[in-house]
Amino acid sequence: MMYDPQLVAPMREETVQLGAKELRTVAEVDQALANQSGTTLVFVNSVCGCAAGMARPALRLALKHAVTPQAVYSVFAGQDTDATARARSYFGEYQPSSPSMALLRDGEVVYIMHRHMIEGRSPEEIARDLTAEFEKHCAAQVED
Amino acid sequence: MSGHVFHPGHEPLHGITVVVECVDRRTMVGRFHHTDQRGVHLLDVAMHRPDDGDGPREAFLERTQKFGVKAEHPHVLVPEHEVVSVTPLREALQQ
Repeated sequence: MMYDPQLVAPMREETVQLGAKELRTVAEVDQALANQSGTTLVFVNSVCGCAAGMARPALRLALKHAVTPQAVYSVFAGQDTDATARARSYFGEYQPSSPSMALLRDGEVVYIMHRHMIEGRSPEEIARDLTAEFEKHCAAQVED
Repeated sequence: MSGHVFHPGHEPLHGITVVVECVDRRTMVGRFHHTDQRGVHLLDVAMHRPDDGDGPREAFLERTQKFGVKAEHPHVLVPEHEVVSVTPLREALQQ
């Protein structure tokens, strides 16, 4: 179901303001994710309540942490469908869900936070899980 | 925030990924939508049937936790009398 672009605009804006670069086309996704090196977080945004109340606030908190991925991108499920499908093609055998977040290192998925790991939790709880993964997988890049 | 209603006007589990255990030993994982007089309505459902060679239920849940819900059925209605339990997936894995 495609939502009114005007309805979705603030959700996009919120994601950009917290530090993610939006990828809206297949070409943009490929440019960002093909042959990547270093650490990258891909946020699969959505219109649902757990994106607004949990996932985006959690991402905002997590990105204030001392250790973060080198690049942060977002795609919008249910809106930019081709770009989202393309981004998911980089996630290997992981099943699609939205909202969700994938952490990649040198092009390989090292962690996925599925929707079921977001639902019903506070942003602080989710951010705590995310920052633990950032420290586990992204710390080396900070030391370089 | 467990049980938090993030979709006002709906049941507390609306939108939550749940594990439904059935009397015939099937296990389903999907997004809870609502209940009515016919039973529990689930969306985007993965199904485990131990009698069809699907392997241990625990392995199915662990695989689903790690790789996500392999949604093979867009909508499943589980009659109320067939439901043994409905548990959020995240909590089912902690048990």
